[in-house]
Amino acid sequence: MYELMEKAEIFNVHKMVVSAPDIARSLKPGQFVIVMGDEYSERIPLTVSDWDADTGAITLYVLELGISTLELGRMNVGDSLYAVTGPLGIPSEIKHYGTVALGGGCYGIGGIYPIARACKQAGNTVISIIEARYSSMFYHEKELHAVSDQVLHATSDGSRGKRGKVEDVITEMLENGVKIDQAFFMGCTQMLERCSEATRPYAIPTKVALNSIMLDGTGMCGACRVSIGGETKFACVDGPEFDGHKVDWKELNQRKSAYAEQEAIVYQAYCQGSEVPKFGSA
Amino acid sequence: MELTAKERMKIGRHGMAEQPPDLRNRNFQEVPYGYTPEEAVAEAQRCLSCKEMPCVSGCPVEVPIPEFIALVAERKFAEAAKLIKTKNVLPAVCGRVCPQETQCEEKCVRGKKDARQAVAIGNLERFVADYERQNNLIEVPQIPDRNGFKVAVIGSGPSGLTVAGDLVQLGYEVTIYEAFHLGGGVLVYGIPEFRLPKKIVEAEIQALGHSGVTIRYNSVIGRLYSIDDLFTILGFNAVYVGVGAGLPIFLDIPGKNLNGVFSANEYLTRSNLMKSYLFPGYKTPMIAGKKVAVLGGGNVAMDSARTAIRLGAEKVTVVYRRAREQMPARAAEVHHAEEEKIEFRLLSSPVEIYGNEDGWVTGMKCQRYELGEPDESGRQRPVPVEGSFFEFECDQVLMSIGGQANPLITKTTPDMKVNKWGYIEVDDWGRTSKRYVYAGGDIVTGSATVISAMGAGRRAAKALHEDLAKENAETVTPNWW
Repeated sequence: MYELMEKAEIFNVHKMVVSAPDIARSLKPGQFVIVMGDEYSERIPLTVSDWDADTGAITLYVLELGISTLELGRMNVGDSLYAVTGPLGIPSEIKHYGTVALGGGCYGIGGIYPIARACKQAGNTVISIIEARYSSMFYHEKELHAVSDQVLHATSDGSRGKRGKVEDVITEMLENGVKIDQAFFMGCTQMLERCSEATRPYAIPTKVALNSIMLDGTGMCGACRVSIGGETKFACVDGPEFDGHKVDWKELNQRKSAYAEQEAIVYQAYCQGSEVPKFGSA
Repeated sequence: MELTAKERMKIGRHGMAEQPPDLRNRNFQEVPYGYTPEEAVAEAQRCLSCKEMPCVSGCPVEVPIPEFIALVAERKFAEAAKLIKTKNVLPAVCGRVCPQETQCEEKCVRGKKDARQAVAIGNLERFVADYERQNNLIEVPQIPDRNGFKVAVIGSGPSGLTVAGDLVQLGYEVTIYEAFHLGGGVLVYGIPEFRLPKKIVEAEIQALGHSGVTIRYNSVIGRLYSIDDLFTILGFNAVYVGVGAGLPIFLDIPGKNLNGVFSANEYLTRSNLMKSYLFPGYKTPMIAGKKVAVLGGGNVAMDSARTAIRLGAEKVTVVYRRAREQMPARAAEVHHAEEEKIEFRLLSSPVEIYGNEDGWVTGMKCQRYELGEPDESGRQRPVPVEGSFFEFECDQVLMSIGGQANPLITKTTPDMKVNKWGYIEVDDWGRTSKRYVYAGGDIVTGSATVISAMGAGRRAAKALHEDLAKENAETVTPNWW
């Protein structure tokens, strides 16, 4: 079960194609899975970037962020993941909007692909905007081109496309009078917030895929709770997509940093091969 | 040598030896050590084997209590375990977590004058089940010929395991779908190691596997497959829904989303299922609070408080709105918590959680309550005392104030009726409004006990078998017990 069929490295992102036939059969755009590399691993929520019901393969882009994603990244083709649970979350709402702008950064470059594909199939004009620090960090581009009317780039060093971020591209488009009927954004929280602020003055309906800390993914624990327009919602079962203009970003950022200290301790200890203090050892 | 009733009456109840509080509050090992064979025999001799068997009427799954206790008195421990298993597939679990004091033991005649002198039925059940397991005497039951019908059981908690165990013995091909990577439901994610060692749950699940039940892990029904898919795509003939507790409730007060505020579900799932009490060996992190406030007065609140003290908290305070006598937690658990130096602020309820500028909990403001007129349930209603507040410092708040129904399955099964709270509506035998779909446990009743969920599973298995047998008389033998 869950054998790693294919793997590729894109800087700090690992492409992992995993065998999960049941999941591949039922996945829809915007949904995610929770994976565990081994039985000691954390449960890691990952957006699914592609799937094939015939081969039973699902494609994940794993951003290496902490100990569990580091260990996941060290797995090789032929290894098996301990657990893959999904599909989870409510699928993206796909319909004929008109012109759809999709912005992706980090894992979101791959993550927006199935939404773009479905939007294209639904007859929309699809503009995909992807950001990275420099040009060689882009990936999954051929696929994205195939389902987009236009693919625009933004890089921090200006090595490709616009120097800046997705929101700079969006802002420029809007200033130039490009009509956008629906926006989707996927990436780090800072990017989601900035992009939502860019579309707010133009009142463009904006969906953001939130990535709050999750544990079970079935609504049972509430770790992933977020405030949307003053209401508490669970990203795992009420989301992951929410109205970007209603998200309490400050709270989300605070809650996402909750385990920063523990993560740093265990990551450093792992890299140095040293012991870390255990609970209860006062 | 046969004892007379008078001689039996003279024997006092045997308690179980326990880890001392100041040792156990720093480890996750089980608190009671269990009976020695001698203690078990002596306790069994206290049973008067009354003809009326009031104890059995107090048991939701009708374990033949006097009969198994008589076997213990004869030192036939493995036989006693086998006898229990004809009615209860999880005796090692139930011996530990059942509220015997309000069920079988409450009805025991030995406890008529003094409830503390009831025969220790739970302790004996635990003893024989442990004896059987530890001496490798668990026999794989003979699997009967398959009757050609496939049943899907959703959830591997107490009710799902009961349904699976009953139906596989009747010849059904049973597949359990479990959302997590481990089986057992609340037995693994909710109840801590120090109350129910996980190796016991593992052994029970393994035994079920040996008896022919298939378990599909990481399978969230309602997302991976709908209930209709289970019938149409996977060809199941019937489905049992035992998905358990639902979404946690967060007290709607300022500060509820601060860092350091957890639902008890999250806190316990991290510690128990993900084993973050063994962090960093297991990599799911846990924040070990120094001053921890636990909201609520049920067993889950006690489990949370006692987990916090074991993770190194200096001070753990349980805040409960009503009085001590009204706490839903088992008296024994409250007693254990007190021994472990957990403090109780009764007749108090938080009105605000304070936080610092980085978004972390720093303290709590509570209002004092007093008991007023009895409400319709007969319990005195707690009423806030006007203007009476107090504050205390804490860096972690664990909310254990109940939950609401999980909508994952019900939302994707519109033709299955739910009540106004979202719990599944069933008849007395667990039949839902959808044909060949049955349900039981917390998704029907809301938060309840392990044994009541098992009782519901037992009834649903019976109904399912009767329904299929009635309509398929030529293939299914209605050989129900």
